[in-house]
Amino acid sequence: MAGYILRRLLQAIPVLLGTTFLIYFMVFAMPGDPIVALFGEKTPPPQVLEAVRERYNLDKPFIVQYLLFLGGIFQGDLGISFSGEPVSDILARTFPVTLRLALLSTLFLMVGGILIGLISGLRKGGIFDASALVVSLILISLPIFVIGFVAQFVFAIQLGWFRTTVGPGAPWGDLVLPAIVLAAGSFAQIVRLTRSSVIETDGQDFVRTAASKGLSRRRIVPVHILRNSLIPVVTYLAVDFGVLMVGATVTEGIFNVPGVGNTLYQAIIRGEGPTVVSFVTVMVLIYLVVNLLVDLLYAVLDPRIRYAK
Amino acid sequence: MTSTVNGSDVQQSTTGAEERPILEVKDLEVAFNTQEGKVTAVDGVSFTLYRGQSLAIVGESGSGKSTTAHAIINLLPGTGHIAGGQILLDGQDLAKTSQRDMESIRGRKIGFVPQDPMSNLNPVWSIGFQVEEAIRANGIATGRKEVKARAIEVLKQAGLQDADRRLKQFPHQFSGGMRQRVLIGMGLAADPQLLIADEPTSALDVTVQRVILDHLESLTRELGTTLLFITHDLGLAAERAEQLVVMYKGKVVESGPSLQILQNPQHPYTQRLVAAAPSLASRRIQATGSVSAAEASMSEDAAAAAGDTIDLIATAEARHEAVEAAASKAPAIVVENLTKVFKIRGSGEFTAVDDVSFQIPKGTTMALVGESGSGKSTVAKMLLKLEDATSGKIIVGGKDLEKVSRSELFELRSRMQPVFQDPYGSLNPLRNIGNTIAEPLYTHKVGDTASRRARVLELLDQVSLPRTLVGRYPNELSGGQRQRIAIARALALKPEIVVLDEAVSALDVLVQAQILRLLADLQAELDLTYLFITHDLAVVRVIADHVAVMQKGRIVESATTDEVFDNPKEQYTKDLLAAIPGANLKLGA
Amino acid sequence: MPSNTRPSQAHYVAPIEETPLVAIDSVKAEGKPSNLWTDAWRDLRKRPMFWISAVMIVILVIVALFPTLFTSVDPRYCQLSLSNQGPGGDSLLGYNRQGCDIFARIIHGTSTSLAVGLIVSFLVALLGVIFGAFSGFYGGWLDAVLSRIGDIFFSIPYILAAVVVMSVFSQYANVWTISLAIGAFAWPATARVLRAEILRVKNADFVMAATALGVSRFRILLRHVLPNSIAPVLVITTISLASAIVAEATLSFLGVGLPSTTMSWGNDISQAQVDLRTNPQTLILPSIALSVTVLSFIMLGEVIRDALDPKARAQR
Repeated sequence: MAGYILRRLLQAIPVLLGTTFLIYFMVFAMPGDPIVALFGEKTPPPQVLEAVRERYNLDKPFIVQYLLFLGGIFQGDLGISFSGEPVSDILARTFPVTLRLALLSTLFLMVGGILIGLISGLRKGGIFDASALVVSLILISLPIFVIGFVAQFVFAIQLGWFRTTVGPGAPWGDLVLPAIVLAAGSFAQIVRLTRSSVIETDGQDFVRTAASKGLSRRRIVPVHILRNSLIPVVTYLAVDFGVLMVGATVTEGIFNVPGVGNTLYQAIIRGEGPTVVSFVTVMVLIYLVVNLLVDLLYAVLDPRIRYAK
Repeated sequence: MTSTVNGSDVQQSTTGAEERPILEVKDLEVAFNTQEGKVTAVDGVSFTLYRGQSLAIVGESGSGKSTTAHAIINLLPGTGHIAGGQILLDGQDLAKTSQRDMESIRGRKIGFVPQDPMSNLNPVWSIGFQVEEAIRANGIATGRKEVKARAIEVLKQAGLQDADRRLKQFPHQFSGGMRQRVLIGMGLAADPQLLIADEPTSALDVTVQRVILDHLESLTRELGTTLLFITHDLGLAAERAEQLVVMYKGKVVESGPSLQILQNPQHPYTQRLVAAAPSLASRRIQATGSVSAAEASMSEDAAAAAGDTIDLIATAEARHEAVEAAASKAPAIVVENLTKVFKIRGSGEFTAVDDVSFQIPKGTTMALVGESGSGKSTVAKMLLKLEDATSGKIIVGGKDLEKVSRSELFELRSRMQPVFQDPYGSLNPLRNIGNTIAEPLYTHKVGDTASRRARVLELLDQVSLPRTLVGRYPNELSGGQRQRIAIARALALKPEIVVLDEAVSALDVLVQAQILRLLADLQAELDLTYLFITHDLAVVRVIADHVAVMQKGRIVESATTDEVFDNPKEQYTKDLLAAIPGANLKLGA
Repeated sequence: MPSNTRPSQAHYVAPIEETPLVAIDSVKAEGKPSNLWTDAWRDLRKRPMFWISAVMIVILVIVALFPTLFTSVDPRYCQLSLSNQGPGGDSLLGYNRQGCDIFARIIHGTSTSLAVGLIVSFLVALLGVIFGAFSGFYGGWLDAVLSRIGDIFFSIPYILAAVVVMSVFSQYANVWTISLAIGAFAWPATARVLRAEILRVKNADFVMAATALGVSRFRILLRHVLPNSIAPVLVITTISLASAIVAEATLSFLGVGLPSTTMSWGNDISQAQVDLRTNPQTLILPSIALSVTVLSFIMLGEVIRDALDPKARAQR
């Protein structure tokens, strides 16, 4: 186990360096004044412009620029926003909200998606399965902003069940609709993956052997079928986390949730380049950490990995 | 020859005419619903089993033997269902029992030991957990301590001496044989009256197989458990069970006391099986002392069966004569001090092949025999230059394989061709048969399009397949037919040497006998030299001239086939020989 | 017969007429030759979902190539006087905020979405096959290097990466640059799938047989390994086409996609958000067009996946 964790951590280092370098390269290796390009048609206050120039060390060679940028990240210096507020301060303010949204959304996803996938898989070919497949197919083909707008229109505007936008302090109640929308994007995939995984596991020899031991179906389903089917689902959740972050950006934008995604959303909409770069970097770092955590969770779920040398 | 027929020493239990059978299967019919409609997999199967007896159902793949076993415990896969007949367990008809009631019968009244130890344990739960849940489900013990104690007891009974220490370990930390012991332990955990063992050892090495079967036998005798065996190996069935049921295409073709069937098979199918089973053939040769005597004795009785029957003894005899003439020729392959060391991440080095030397005279067959992990396949790979040797020499056609140039190696490859084990993996599924057989010709730029085509047709004739297969794809063929194609491809460049790496191990006995016959004929016709890699000593007896027995990377014994079989020197060789199923059978000769 | 034989355990031999013997291992190949692809095609032809998606896609392609066949209205001719008017008269679906004909804009926006989808999926397949095939087949240090590069690109969600690229290159935004921005970061998933598939196939005995024949490594890759591992790439490419269309729309929605002068469903949806309360069809209609297109490609991908998987075929 320790060897596995160590290996994962070591593998993450080149990826961490690579991603940050790639982002930096995309922005600052192009011809012309990248600062001007970043700000596009807008002109920021002079002190912000100066701060940005200073942060990105444009007078130094490119590789030195990057190393200084990287060093800054490790010291918690994530740059400065358009309005002059340090990104790390914005992050401290907005991250808890996004975390709550993500938790709520994951809860819907895990409980709803896995449960429906399980029932579908166990009753393969039945009416429930067929309707779940049709619904999930439709959900997959709806972009998240469409789901967001439709949900906002129907449930908030027409039916008035929820507030159209999230109020100050982002109370849990207001986060329910955005969380459902956020979950909807990955919901269909989770349902389908759980379903096919359950079908596959149900056909495995060890399930038949469990039955031959005299176990009841009520014990076999959770202990032998669901437990084993969760392994690929968890792996998928990690991969899917990137989609979830984009989804969070869009969803928080639509419902005006005061979270990290919304900050990025506003920065993109307003064309505030440096803020965009800072927040994308932050999101990539979060993505890397989540993937690491899921790898560890994977080891917990699968003893073949836990005890491999 | 009827004097030893009844084998009354085998049947120990007393006979009572009033005694009710523990299991009575009557006209069982099992069907599957497919896109093409209803397919009957088991058709009118009947047999009877009394308390304390053992009965084996024998058949090839697709005979319906496993389906019958699954029907008895009502765990048919997919759309399978019992379409007719009765399964009476102690008078209760299981065919009419609800799934819920079956739950209390499984484990408690009928134990089940499945086939493949690798796939039958849940990889994510510990061994202890999986044994304990069986105990708990059947109400054998309650309370954590009691359940655990019973689990340890069960596993120890099944032959896992350090069970208390290994309870927390996971299946992947156990060897195949150990897992099979766990499965046997689980099957017997609730002390069932009837134990169904579905090919319980066919995935294991022969010596392990023997130990486990011995153990299972003594354990069931001790507990008074009735045993129902499912197996493809007639020799094993006859050796381990008092009663035999021979199945063919979903039907029972012959049933009755084992020895009677074996010595006096009546149905042409059973006669075929008896003639083709390598374990029995090797026993027959053993019994008569030589191949020709075995053939002589055989031709008098069962072997004189209908047209399509292939008698392995006759095959061996034909080969023997052809090869005797070639015995003293120059060696086609010389291997000297061959060693292969693999580097393993974290744990240093592993010597897969350790100082191996042998020679194969041209036109003869040498068998390299060993269990899994013995290094026999690594030798084959080094010989084919699919793997580089760490040290040592391989001389083929006067050239040292380790020192040849690229172009010389390319030329040498055409003189030495392989046939591999897995008939489903040995042909590219997306290339048609014609292209597959012609690939060697293209690669070595032999002939033009027309002559290549002619050669492909000629090769198809040689391996006795219709020429119409040229445009077909591998997935349309059976395992045996694919192996024929693989042989045709290997022969395309007229090689001198063919390396057969477990080439017949995955095939059903009858098909296996057919391919062995084909190999023998081709050898006589084309003066081929074979290196025959196998784990199955029984097959060796009918195909090889020389045998080298490998264990843990070393050759422990090497001699002519007759010598190894009649006069083995090493204990390991003796163990391997004893492990050929049918060792205790008294055959008719 | 021995006397100690118990009831119904005597030697029984089935009548030979009832259990006739078949020749051992007789050849049963009949009808047309079949392999994975022909079998898959035969299976596809029987599936209504395949035909529905295929017909949809053909229609979409025709609409994209010849939009004027479907509407004679100029989508750029907008009259503010018609702003947010409902359907009726000349207009099938009504007008948007700028007073442009919604139906005409949807028809003319089709080519944008399809072009982005096609370019991205081509790029993804190309990069994915090159990276996946080489790292899976050759292994060793090449695999280590290529896989790490893949990991790096994989770790930046492609829409976020495209957001950064398009923020910087905003003045160069067009169908090609946006496709490049998406495609450059979307390929690692394909490469991973192909690599895993190649690792599986390259240990097959037929690959060893070819090596033993002296067939060159590269030829083995091309002739034997790649054809047997490409099926999942086909599926994932079809689905990536759908994802690319969604990605373009998302970028346009965020305002870092195509310039507002380009006809695009994403742009139209983005501009319609302010009218959600008052005039929802201006948002809903292009969304439906988008979703139907995406659905068609996803359905095609799914149906191909099922057809190519013999296990799934047997299960039905």
